[in-house]
Amino acid sequence: MNNWLTTMMTLLLLSFCWVLVGAQPVWAQDGSAGLIEPPVATVSDSTEEAASDDEDSLEALRLDTDILWTCVAAFLVFFMQAGFALVEAGFTRAKNTINILMKNLMDFSIGSIAFWAVGFGLMFGATTNGYFGTSYFFVSGLEEGGFDQWTAAFWLFQVVFCATAATIVSGGMAERTKFVGYLCYSVVLSALIYPVFGSWAWGSLFKGDGWLENLGFIDFAGSTVVHSVGGWAALAGAIVVGPRIGKYGKDGSIRAIPGHSMPLAALGVFILWLGWFGFNPGSTTSVGGGGFARIAVTTNLAAAAGALSAMFTTWLMTSTKKPDLGMSLNGALAGLVAITCPCATVTFGGSILIGLIAGALVYCSVMFFDKIRVDDPVGAISVHGVCGAWGTLAAGLFGAEQILGDGDANTGLFYGGGTEQIVIQLAGIGACFVWVMTTCLLLFFVLKSMGLLRVSPEEESEGLDLTEHASTAYHLSEIRS
Amino acid sequence: MKKIEAIVRIHKLDDIKESLTESGVHGMTITEVRGFGRQKGHTEVYRGTEYAVSFVPKIKIEVVVSEDKAQQVVDKIVEVGKTGQVGDGKIFISDLSEAIRIRTGETGDATL
Repeated sequence: MNNWLTTMMTLLLLSFCWVLVGAQPVWAQDGSAGLIEPPVATVSDSTEEAASDDEDSLEALRLDTDILWTCVAAFLVFFMQAGFALVEAGFTRAKNTINILMKNLMDFSIGSIAFWAVGFGLMFGATTNGYFGTSYFFVSGLEEGGFDQWTAAFWLFQVVFCATAATIVSGGMAERTKFVGYLCYSVVLSALIYPVFGSWAWGSLFKGDGWLENLGFIDFAGSTVVHSVGGWAALAGAIVVGPRIGKYGKDGSIRAIPGHSMPLAALGVFILWLGWFGFNPGSTTSVGGGGFARIAVTTNLAAAAGALSAMFTTWLMTSTKKPDLGMSLNGALAGLVAITCPCATVTFGGSILIGLIAGALVYCSVMFFDKIRVDDPVGAISVHGVCGAWGTLAAGLFGAEQILGDGDANTGLFYGGGTEQIVIQLAGIGACFVWVMTTCLLLFFVLKSMGLLRVSPEEESEGLDLTEHASTAYHLSEIRS
Repeated sequence: MKKIEAIVRIHKLDDIKESLTESGVHGMTITEVRGFGRQKGHTEVYRGTEYAVSFVPKIKIEVVVSEDKAQQVVDKIVEVGKTGQVGDGKIFISDLSEAIRIRTGETGDATL
């Protein structure tokens, strides 16, 4: 196996050198893709000149294509819900399948309504306090006089992001969490926890104003805003709800509880990978300059590198010395989560290195959380929390705005940007951890004290499908006459 | 009549079935079973953590034959089902008191 290690290290070293020398074609683009800005529709008053008319119709066409692209991207991100549902169902046991699918379905349904009622206003409403918005609750004031179609596209794109954060948690708390308690969590995360943090980093994309973004915090598509929020919420949940029966032996040994369908899990990961082409490139919310194409490439390269790196890590590190599918699937997701923040500001080489590190990191992180008795059946904490933090930090290490033609200076440490951006990134990572862990630990402890958090040991052994939903996912072995 | 129960490797089923039908066996029943003997299961890894599979999947073949044919059937199963490795399985033979064909009511060797 040592030759594998050598090959991997050589690859790592080579890509590292490549990144440092910046052997990367400089992309000529206008830089507009670097920021999410709602395009402004111009209604011209002057009709005197034909040139002005042309300009107006061109502007209208630009706005239309931006709306179209943002909606298509939102549809792709919506499809990630299917990916999450399948990954979580595949990585858990057959007796809990209906329960996990219901939680995934309800995350999106609850999230849509909660984000409409409260979340959008907190995240993007005008703010007077500097910590959350206070207008547009129930989207009030946006519909009078005709709902601006750009705002509709923006709202849709934001609600699918909110639901992505919410649905991460069901996997981390799978197979033992009460359905009712989970619904309560889902409301609070979609209405309050996600939007408040989101307003700190992204508020100014609409009418808000966030203290983190004012510091210069970079989180292009949400490694921290979406994925770490979900990941840390899963960590708080897994800590409070406790490990599944049978995860740890009486002697303290760690036991595997194999999921019931690797084909479902693999299909889920491919769907998530596809959905990410909406998640990251779509975060341009703009077609202008075509910046989304480059982001699609960095996204893809990081995912591929993450899967490869996780595969080689299991090949070298596991007791059987075999490449492990489940962990390689996690590795692809780890790469995707990590590149989400820096996808617009790193070179292709940089994205590969970010993915390679994420793939190895996710393996170490899964082993670490197993060891400290935090039972996470699908690896949600490691994939979304830990690799989300890594990707956010990576923006401060690999930021190559100048090389990419997007700015006057590189922000990344490896490109001579100094440590300033790293400090800002760490502030964002820390703020997210403190905010989400505080609110979620409180939330889950309250649910626990009300007896709403965990099913009884008998119900857990019987399976949540039967005890929580009075149904069975698979009827294959039943005798039919 | 003898009832022969053979616990065999899953991938040997087709070869055994073919060889038994060639030697004049007209029917058999198979069941997917799990168990362990000297093979004592095996180790698998799930997302980086090792675990033991103590009950290994096998196929159980049940064949009922006349007294004079029993040895020939057993020999065939041993010949075809053998790999020489631990885990090839076992054969159990027992006397059978009666057999009845439901359609005609026939009994004894005529049902086989």
